[in-house]
Amino acid sequence: MMNIFKNRLRKKIVTRPVIFRDHAMAGEVEAVGLELRKELHKKFGRSFHIREVDTGSCGACESEIISTTNPIYDIQRFGVDFVASPRHADALLVTGPVSRNMAVALKKTYDAMPSPKFVIVCGDCGRDGGLFKSSYYTLGGVKEVVPVDIYIHGCPPKPLDIMRSLLAYLKR
Amino acid sequence: MGYMSFIDEIKKECGAPGAEAMDVREDEVYIETSNADFRKVCLTLHKRLNSPVMMYFASDDRKDKGVFTLYCVFLGGLFKKWFIVRSAIGRDDAEGMGSLAKEIYSASLFEREIAEMFGIKFAGHPDKRGLKLHNEVWPEGSYPLCKDFVPPQTYMTDGSEYKFNRVEGEGVFEVPVGPVHAGIIGPGHFRFSAAGEPIINLETRLGFTHRGVEKLLEGKDVSRAVHLSEHIAGDSAFAYSLAFSRAVEKICGIKVPERQEVLRGIYLELERMYNHAADIGGIALDVGFSFAAALASIMKESILALNERTGGSRYLKNINQAGGVKTDLDKDGVSLMTESLGPIMKDLGELKTIMLSNISFMDRVDTTGVLRKKTAIDLGIVGLAARSSGIPLDLRKTFPGIYESAGFNMKTQEEGDVLARLNTRFAEFEESARLIKKFLKMLDVGEPSSGRPVYGYKEGFALGYAEAWRGAVLVWVSLDASGRVDRCKIVDPSFHNWHGLTYAVLGNIIPDFPVCNKSFDLSYPGNDL
Repeated sequence: MMNIFKNRLRKKIVTRPVIFRDHAMAGEVEAVGLELRKELHKKFGRSFHIREVDTGSCGACESEIISTTNPIYDIQRFGVDFVASPRHADALLVTGPVSRNMAVALKKTYDAMPSPKFVIVCGDCGRDGGLFKSSYYTLGGVKEVVPVDIYIHGCPPKPLDIMRSLLAYLKR
Repeated sequence: MGYMSFIDEIKKECGAPGAEAMDVREDEVYIETSNADFRKVCLTLHKRLNSPVMMYFASDDRKDKGVFTLYCVFLGGLFKKWFIVRSAIGRDDAEGMGSLAKEIYSASLFEREIAEMFGIKFAGHPDKRGLKLHNEVWPEGSYPLCKDFVPPQTYMTDGSEYKFNRVEGEGVFEVPVGPVHAGIIGPGHFRFSAAGEPIINLETRLGFTHRGVEKLLEGKDVSRAVHLSEHIAGDSAFAYSLAFSRAVEKICGIKVPERQEVLRGIYLELERMYNHAADIGGIALDVGFSFAAALASIMKESILALNERTGGSRYLKNINQAGGVKTDLDKDGVSLMTESLGPIMKDLGELKTIMLSNISFMDRVDTTGVLRKKTAIDLGIVGLAARSSGIPLDLRKTFPGIYESAGFNMKTQEEGDVLARLNTRFAEFEESARLIKKFLKMLDVGEPSSGRPVYGYKEGFALGYAEAWRGAVLVWVSLDASGRVDRCKIVDPSFHNWHGLTYAVLGNIIPDFPVCNKSFDLSYPGNDL
C-alpha cells in the first residue's frame, strides 16, 4: 500500500507526455478536452457513452482508443466514457473494414442501442475498406451496414486525433 | 549428427525411399515426398524433432504443374533448421492420403484451413467444420485461395448453424459470449459449459476478423506487400514486416548490413516492451487492480511516444523494407532512447513490487489458469505461453543472428499459470531493455546509412520468421518472375495458442476467464487473417 502512495505522490499529475515533457502537446490535450467537455455538457447533459465494435481491424485502432483512457489523455475526465453494453450507449465507435462474419453482429449491436444514436468510424479501413477494400470477405466500410456520422482518419488515428475529430463533429 | 544423416535415418525409419529429392536453402530443408509417403514422413519428423506442426499449408500450382502442393513445416531446434515436407497433391488425392490430425493435434486446425480455402479434404479428419469462412455467410464450394477463384454470385447458404461441442448432463449450462465483447477488444465467440462455478468446457469460434489477407497479398509487389503485412496484426506490425522482409531477402539473396540488423533488433524489442507493458496492466485490470493498470498504461504510452520519436510511427509501421530498415538512428536518437529507458525501467521496478507484494492480487493470479507442460507440448503451443509452461522455445535462441553478440537470455517459467505468464513478461521486459542497451552500444560503430537498397527480384520461395512478443511469426512467401507475390502463407502464434487457452481455463470459474484470456493475450486478427 505504501508503494502505491509513494508512487502516486512522486508521479504527481501525469496528464501530459511523461517522458518528453512536451508541454505544447499537453496543452493541446487539455484545450481540446475542455472544449469537448463544454460541448458534451451542452448537448448530452454531461454523460456521453460510447460502445466500441471491432469489425475486423488489425487491433491498432483498439490500442489507440484504449490509449485515450490512459492517465496521459484521460478522456473520461472530459465526460467521455466507454461502456460494456450497446443499451447504455449514445454512440457506436466502429473499427475495421467489416468482415462478412461481423456484419450481422454490427447491425444487431446498432439495433440494440436506444435512439437518438450516432455512429463514429475510427480508422481508414472503416471508411471504404482501406487496404482490405478489394477482398472477397470485406463489405467495403461500415456505411454498408449502418449509417455513419463521423469518420476519424488515420491508420491508426492518434489519441489526440480521436479527441479532435469528436470535438469537430459535436461543434457542427 | 548433421542434418543430412538425420534425413537418411528418417528415410530408413519410415521406409520412404520416395523421400529422396532434397533441396537445402540456407536454414530450410525441403524434403520432397510422394503423397503416399507424405503422412509417414511428417509423423516421423514430428516424433524425432519433438516439434509441433509449425506451419502446414497448400499452394495452388495447377497452372504450371496441374496439381496443388502441400507443405508441412517442422522446427529442428537441434540442427537450427526448418524441415519442410513437400508433396504434390491433386484435389482428390487427399482422401486417400489421410489426415495428420489424429496423430498430430497441431495439424488439425491447419487441415481445416486447407479444406475450406482450397477444397482439399483430408479423409478421417475428426472435425469437418469451417474455421474462418463462416457457413452462415459463405456458400459451400467456394474456395478463395484457389487461383481460379471468382467471388460467389450469391451468398445464399444452406442456413445450417455451427455445431458447438455440447456438454450434456444435469445442471450443466452454457454461457455464450461474443462476438461483441464488453471491452475494447477484437471479436470472437466463446461458448462456456459450466456446472456450478467451474468451467468444464470452453469452445472458441473465431474467424470474425477474417479479411482475406493471404489472397490480398497475391499479386502485390514487394513494397506494397510489406505495407499490407503491417496491418495483419497491428500490435505485431514490426514482427510481421520483419518476417516478410526476411523471406524476400532470402529469395533474392540480399545481405542486410549488420547495422540494420541491429536496428531491427532494437525495434523488435521495443514492440515487445510496449505490448508486455499493456498486458501486465491488462492482467492487473482484469482482477480490478486499477492503480497498477494505470501505471502500466503510462509505461506503454511512454514507449509508444518513444517509438514515434525514433522510428516515426507509434506502432513501428513503415520502418522495415526488403533489404533493411528505412530509418536509421542518429546520435540524438540513440541518446534519446538511452535516456527514455531509465524512467521506464524505474516504473517497471515499482510496478513489479506493487503487484507482486499485493496479497489479494496474488491470490487471484497464483495457480489460476494452469496450462500444463504436457498439454502445451501436445497442443503445439509456441512463444511466451510455451515458455511460461516450461518449454524452452524461442526463435531468438534457435536462430540468434544479432542476438548472439548481445548475449540473449531466454526467460522461462515452470508453473504455466497466470502468474507464470506475468512473471515471464516482467523478465522479458527487463531482458528487452537490456538487449536494447546492448544494441545501442553496437550502433556506436558504423555510420548511419539510409536510402533504398538496390537489388533485383528473383523468382523463388522462402520462409521468413521473427520471434514476436507472442511467439513465432512465420511467413512463407513465393515470388513470381516479375517479383510479385504468388502465394503467401502467414502463421501467427495465436493460431497455435488459442487452443491452449481453452485448456488452461478448465476447472477455473467463469469470472477468472478474462484474466486467463489476458495472460495469453492472443490476437484475433492474426489468427483470422
